[in-house]
Amino acid sequence: MSMMSKHAILEKNVILLAVAAVLAVAIGGLVEIVPLFYVKGTIEKVGSIRPYTPLELEGRDIYVREGCYLCHSQMIRPLRDEVERYGHYSLAAESMYDHPFQWGSKRIGPDLARVGGKYSDDWQRQHLKSPRSVVPESIMPRFGFLFHTPLDTSDIVAKLKVQRLLGTPYTQTDIDDAQKDITTQDTDNADGAADLAKRYPGATSRDYAGVANKLTEADALIAYLQMLGTEVNFKTYDDKANIR
Amino acid sequence: MQQRVLKQLTQGELIGFLLLAAFALFATFVSAKAWTPAYAFQTSLMAWTAAIAAFLVLKNFYDRPAQLPPLEIDGKPNYYLAPVRFLTVASIVWGLIGMSIGLYIALELAFPHLNFSQYVNFGRLRPSHTNSVIFGFGGNILIGTSFYVVQRTSRARLAGYLSPWFVAVGYNLFLVLAISGYPLGITASKEYAEPEWYQKLLLTVVWVTYLFVFVGTLMRRAEPHIYVANWFYLSFILTIAVLHLFNSPTVPISLFSSKSYIVWSGVQDAMFQWWYGHNAVAFFLTVPFLAMMYYFVPKRANRPIYSYRLSIVHFWALIFIYIWAGPHHLIYTALPDWVQTLGMVFSIVLWMPSWGGMINGLMTLSGAWDKLRTDPVLRMMVVALAFYGMATFEGPVMAIKEVNALTHYTDWVIGHVHSGSLGWVAYISFGAIYCMVPWLWNKRELYSLKLVNWHFWISTMGIVLYISSMWVAGIMEGLMWRSYNKLGFLQYSFVDTVQAVHPLYVLRALGGAMFLTGVLIMVYNLWMTITVDELTQAQAGRPVAPALVPAE
Repeated sequence: MSMMSKHAILEKNVILLAVAAVLAVAIGGLVEIVPLFYVKGTIEKVGSIRPYTPLELEGRDIYVREGCYLCHSQMIRPLRDEVERYGHYSLAAESMYDHPFQWGSKRIGPDLARVGGKYSDDWQRQHLKSPRSVVPESIMPRFGFLFHTPLDTSDIVAKLKVQRLLGTPYTQTDIDDAQKDITTQDTDNADGAADLAKRYPGATSRDYAGVANKLTEADALIAYLQMLGTEVNFKTYDDKANIR
Repeated sequence: MQQRVLKQLTQGELIGFLLLAAFALFATFVSAKAWTPAYAFQTSLMAWTAAIAAFLVLKNFYDRPAQLPPLEIDGKPNYYLAPVRFLTVASIVWGLIGMSIGLYIALELAFPHLNFSQYVNFGRLRPSHTNSVIFGFGGNILIGTSFYVVQRTSRARLAGYLSPWFVAVGYNLFLVLAISGYPLGITASKEYAEPEWYQKLLLTVVWVTYLFVFVGTLMRRAEPHIYVANWFYLSFILTIAVLHLFNSPTVPISLFSSKSYIVWSGVQDAMFQWWYGHNAVAFFLTVPFLAMMYYFVPKRANRPIYSYRLSIVHFWALIFIYIWAGPHHLIYTALPDWVQTLGMVFSIVLWMPSWGGMINGLMTLSGAWDKLRTDPVLRMMVVALAFYGMATFEGPVMAIKEVNALTHYTDWVIGHVHSGSLGWVAYISFGAIYCMVPWLWNKRELYSLKLVNWHFWISTMGIVLYISSMWVAGIMEGLMWRSYNKLGFLQYSFVDTVQAVHPLYVLRALGGAMFLTGVLIMVYNLWMTITVDELTQAQAGRPVAPALVPAE
């Protein structure tokens, strides 16, 4: 019973008990988390991952606000059926600029990690406005209100500045031109489209939501959905180079 | 000559008043310049609460006697129970709100037309459900019982005069802000850590105060040993603080905006989130409820704890091992494989300390098993332990990689969570509430044990319906997603599974409705317990303490 009697020391001293309890819970967290910041290969080296354009970032914030992640995951597991259903399994690099991550935990609806380009803008519009008109068995809520809510872009500079502070490589031009970039990206045949695509490779400019002459929250959300999972070209991606 | 004591503001009252008043002004200023109406509403709510609280501090000062309540009266501790009463009532109110929202969103999944407005869409209401049941119902009863148990087992009055009230009211203000924020679109989107930066800051201040009140009470204890329930409460308070701090560092885009971005990103953010998320299950929904078990089960059964040695071994094993289990939420994701494996192995090891707690609780009934026939309150707590044992076996199984490949992303996870939360967390809380309410309001007995019995059976059937429908739905989803036809193509499209689980979603909502009905019966019973005057009843010929009858 010697160990048990030694335990009495802890039972009689609040501070010692508290310190011992904190030590006991600290070990697991330290061992599992700290290496993730140092071990090479935790995040694969994929050159083509870029920060979100201002419009996509606004769309992502709407995705977060509406709680889309509660029904849609963004994490394809390396299992045969998932890869065949959704596409190449997700890489850690693909969410490296995600503050916060949106991997999700439940699939009430399908995974969205590679939904970008899978459907036309027109389909996305119709589906957001009235999901059951496109997929009769769907149980998704309607998001028609996004099409008549103007997109508030007044906070975009503040948003990009915080993102840069947290390590997302936005340049000064990106921040200065953020408001303009939003309008550019939501316009068909926009003048600045080439410049935008140079700073954000692969970013396409077009009227996403198709609401005439108006910048709505739906524009931002569809712009975000249409770029999801499109940044890595898996025809040229070498997964052997990144074996963890 | 009459001795007069000069009435003076205590240091706490003075500092409390000044801080509250200053904060009210500051929040008003922020509210006036807020970027969005939702944030203006939330900050003005904070301003009003702080202003009213400041006023109440002063009013209480003018109304109270010159001397603060004594620590002891005639050599017996003068327990401070008013905050406990407040927290108990708050817990029940949040339980009703959270379970009603839960029923509504369950119906939304079965009948999508119920998503009739952006403010009640599933995606916005779901965090309101989880937060009000976990942090509203669970959190309030945890803080409430911890304030009760720590006083009783230390034979000392609760530390502080205003600070327990600051904890109680501040915590509930945090809940109102967070839970009203989600329908308005204010969310950080980290599951079970959805509150935005200012709400999280408020929680931090409240939680540190809570730690001080709890530790302060332990320090003035008259008992040489700290009772086992208090080890569990203490490690709950400390670990939740650590988890909260590391999962919440976030940079607001402006003082005048509710929007913020978390410091971590991608894979590290995922790891922090589920290290937090699983240990919210561990240190919020398990460890402190075991504390509750360690006080209320022996009290109700009138038997000592089965094994002191087992309580030591399982306490340290539980808190050490639990913290490692988080990565089992991220199996087969882009999280490095070595972390996934660690998470899986520790989840399986965790089975043993979990069952240590269950065995210690169940065996405490040795020699008192006959009470299960006559006491539905005790029966509720014993069934809670049985559900705890079941869920802590199911969890390790689901953490095995091969099993997880099937169960992850399916409704089985929802079923697992609810067998733990309805069966274990809610039942042990109901048991504690049924025990504590008569004690807190100075009543001899509950109004009706028969109604407890009704509550028990209706909600037990509700739980069984809920978890079995989710098992079936989950396994079906998992199997349908991975099934191939003869030609080697995927057999089902995703929406086939949505259609297939519809009847099970209806059944699940029915199970939830039954559980909620049970709670309504409890509320009526408690209301009558508190309000009915026992003396009048006795005069009217109704026996005060009804004779014990078998409660099948």
